[in-house]
Amino acid sequence: MKSAVIVFPGSNCDRDLAVAIEQVTGRAPAMVWHRDSELPEGTDFIGLPGGFSYGDYLRSGAMAARSPIMRAVSDAAGRGVPLLGVCNGFQVLTEAGLLPGALMRNAGLNFVCRPVPLRVENSQSLFTSQYAAGDEITIPVAHHDGNFQADAATLDRLEGEGRVAFRYLDEVNGSARSIAGILNDAGNVLGMMPHPERAIEAAHGGTDGRKLFEGLVEAVAA
Amino acid sequence: MNARVFVTLKPGVLDPQGKAIHHALEGLGFGGVNDVRAGKLIELDLADGTSDEDIEGMCRKLLANTVIENFRIERLETAA
Repeated sequence: MKSAVIVFPGSNCDRDLAVAIEQVTGRAPAMVWHRDSELPEGTDFIGLPGGFSYGDYLRSGAMAARSPIMRAVSDAAGRGVPLLGVCNGFQVLTEAGLLPGALMRNAGLNFVCRPVPLRVENSQSLFTSQYAAGDEITIPVAHHDGNFQADAATLDRLEGEGRVAFRYLDEVNGSARSIAGILNDAGNVLGMMPHPERAIEAAHGGTDGRKLFEGLVEAVAA
Repeated sequence: MNARVFVTLKPGVLDPQGKAIHHALEGLGFGGVNDVRAGKLIELDLADGTSDEDIEGMCRKLLANTVIENFRIERLETAA
C-alpha cells in the first residue's frame, strides 16, 4: 500500500498517523508537504492528520483546505482513492467541501482531551469493514472545534444513506445527533474527530483504532 | 479603496462563544442583555476598481464558511 500523509504547517499528529500506517501496512507513508502540488505516483491512501494547521487562523482547517496540495488530494478522492481526515483533517475536509457540514467550537467551550466511547454505525465502508455495526469502541479525542453541525436535511441524508460512520456514546462536544465521523457519498472519504492512530498498540491504553487501518489494507489490496 | 466584511453565524446556529460572553456580561453585573452573538470583522485594503463580484467571491471562497456563516460587505470610500 502506497500511503501519503499530508503535512501542513501546524500539523502535530502527522507522525502519529505515519507510525500507525507503517505498523499496520508494513510500509512508511510518503510525507507530503502542503506546498507540493502532486502526490507520489500510485498513491492509494491519503491521510490528513490532526493538529492546528495554520494556527487555526480564520477557521479550523480553512487555510489548509485552500493550500496547493489539496487540489491533488481532491482529484485523487474524486478517482476513488481512500482519504481519511482525523480531527484537524476532518475540519480540512469540510472546509474543502469534500464532506458536508462544519465543525464548530465545542458546545462546552472546553478543549476535550480523553478517550471516548463510540458506536460503529456503518461496518460496510472501506474504513470500517473490520468492525461490526453496533460495536462499541474507545478512541481518544483531543479537540476544541469538534462540534459537528449541518442543516437538518443534510443530517437526514447522512443518516439515511448510512454515511454516519461513528457516533459518540457520551456527550463530548455538542455534535448534532452525536456524530463523530462521516463518509462522503461515494464512501471513500472519511472524516472523524476521534484519533484512531492513537489507539494502535497496547501501550496507548487501547487498540480499538487498529481495525480501521487493517480494513484499509484489505480494501486497497482487493 | 477599503472594504469591511462582517462574518456572522447564521440565525439558529448555536454560538457557544456568544453564550459565554453573555454569561460573563451578566457576571459583571450588566443586566438587560438578551442575547450575544460573536462574529468577525475583516478589513480589506483593495486595489481601486475591485468589483463587488470579486469581493463576494473572496467571501464565498474563503472569508466565510457559508454552511454556518453569513457575510455582509461594506465598501468604504477612501479619502482623497
